[in-house]
Amino acid sequence: MALEQEDVRRAAHLARLGLNDDEAERYVDDLSRILEMADRLQAVDTQGVAPLAHPLDATQRLRADEVTEANQRERFQRCAPAVENGLYLVPRVVE
Amino acid sequence: MQWEAVIGLEVHVQLATQSKIFSGASTAFGAEPNTQACAVDLGLPGVLPVLNEAAVAMAVQFGLGINAEIPETSIFDRKNYFYPDLPKGYQTSQMYHPIVGPGEVEIALDDGTTKRVRVHHAHLEEDAGKSLHEDFHGMTGIDLNRAGTPLLEIVSEPDMGSAKEAVAYIKALHSIVTYLGISDGNMAEGSMRCDVNVSVRPKGQETLGTRAEIKNVNSFRFVEKAIAYEIERQIELIEDGGKVVQETRLYDPEADETRSMRTKEEANDYRYFPCPDLLPVVLDQAYVEHLRESLPELPAEKRARFENELGLSAYDASILSSTRPMAEYFEAVKDSCNDAKLAANWVQGELAGQLNRENLDIVDSPVSAAQLGGLICRVSDETINGKAAKQVFMALWNGEGATADEIIEAKGLKQVTDTGAIEAMIDQVIADSPVQVAQYVEADEAKRGKMIGYFVGQVMKASRGTANPQQVNALLKQKLDQA
Repeated sequence: MALEQEDVRRAAHLARLGLNDDEAERYVDDLSRILEMADRLQAVDTQGVAPLAHPLDATQRLRADEVTEANQRERFQRCAPAVENGLYLVPRVVE
Repeated sequence: MQWEAVIGLEVHVQLATQSKIFSGASTAFGAEPNTQACAVDLGLPGVLPVLNEAAVAMAVQFGLGINAEIPETSIFDRKNYFYPDLPKGYQTSQMYHPIVGPGEVEIALDDGTTKRVRVHHAHLEEDAGKSLHEDFHGMTGIDLNRAGTPLLEIVSEPDMGSAKEAVAYIKALHSIVTYLGISDGNMAEGSMRCDVNVSVRPKGQETLGTRAEIKNVNSFRFVEKAIAYEIERQIELIEDGGKVVQETRLYDPEADETRSMRTKEEANDYRYFPCPDLLPVVLDQAYVEHLRESLPELPAEKRARFENELGLSAYDASILSSTRPMAEYFEAVKDSCNDAKLAANWVQGELAGQLNRENLDIVDSPVSAAQLGGLICRVSDETINGKAAKQVFMALWNGEGATADEIIEAKGLKQVTDTGAIEAMIDQVIADSPVQVAQYVEADEAKRGKMIGYFVGQVMKASRGTANPQQVNALLKQKLDQA
């Protein structure tokens, strides 16, 4: 399956990536080749094979419901660009 | 044209765990912003989620409570979208293999009948943080304390036909989750949030109309009003030649209307895929059976038992089984006084009234179930009359004694049934009220019935409320008729 520039731009938007025209053109090519690879995988007959949710043949371990994390707000907020009254500040979100 | 509404609900229930679904940070409500958001909740690089066993157990308990299938394997998926209160860029949820399969919930309708609403499935997921849009110099403030709080999203089939049925369904869910103790059910604090799907179609038509989704309706009353408004809106729109568009709307309680969120036409593309950080969750049969055996009696069973075995009216049974604390209180009172009907009357009458006046919840009642049971015993064995019982109740409420017996003794409220003592009081009252006696004697039989009330009141007052009212009545009549 070959992609169009428009598909790449839409995927970039969903991933919040800013692409210039050169990059967009390059990704049309790169991503199309990845999809070709996927097409080859799709061609394999998988009838009767259960879908795989995880490559490891193991099941999820559960943890006991206990509070084990102390408040480290100050440390975490040291690497945030803007904080106020304990809140992380981000560019205004318009609903 | 006759229209009918088709309503389906997605209800998010916050599970009552101590810690988050994938981290050991606290879920306590009301903490300082971001003091309960750890590295996992913040989505910092290199962290790994580990699933909370209590969240799994609670989800399974819910499933068992609605007779749902519990699949052996469930799988977590990533739902990808960007929003500042979702620091990882995806919400960990269960798209294809939820932990709870199809089940059903019985709802009680106003006319006393019940109806079954099918549940499509329920899945576990994490909550997002909170965006605060107050003015921070043109910025938005983010509190991630709520990020990672475990939610159970319960998705119904479109089985409800009116706002009232939808409310009955949420109430039924509310009572199931609070009975199970898997959520505090506190809607004001967001422990239960509801998205409503509404469509209308001409009565009898098979195919469904186009639906609108109303997001985040957070009280029983708003659910009812939002749906009622939305049904009207869609019918009017169609009758005026318009078309319902599939969209997300918000309910504005102040204007009592729903409004389009006017999101861009671009369809959401969440690009779900299995979360590589979490392995499939496999529940062994013994674990599920253990949870099944530890299930408490649920509201629908309790309601039926109160009605059928205790002989309560459908109304009483439904009120008294509506919440677990209410049902437990009532049953404790009933067990200690051995009279279900009197217990029901007192819990819903005197006690409920007083709790209401002081805006207290039944768990905070200053009168314990044992105390109330003890009081009712003294009513049924006629140690005290109804009037004195109310006095004793208030004394218990105000902490004037530990038991009804103690208060009855201290206040001298024991019912006087000694005929001689009552006669003496009557004689005194008759002697003190010559005018009233003369009027009574002159009155004809028809009027006497009313007039005797005055004398009864005087005698009761003289006895400080302790005389047996039936005896007073009978003896007074006898004496006055001879006067």
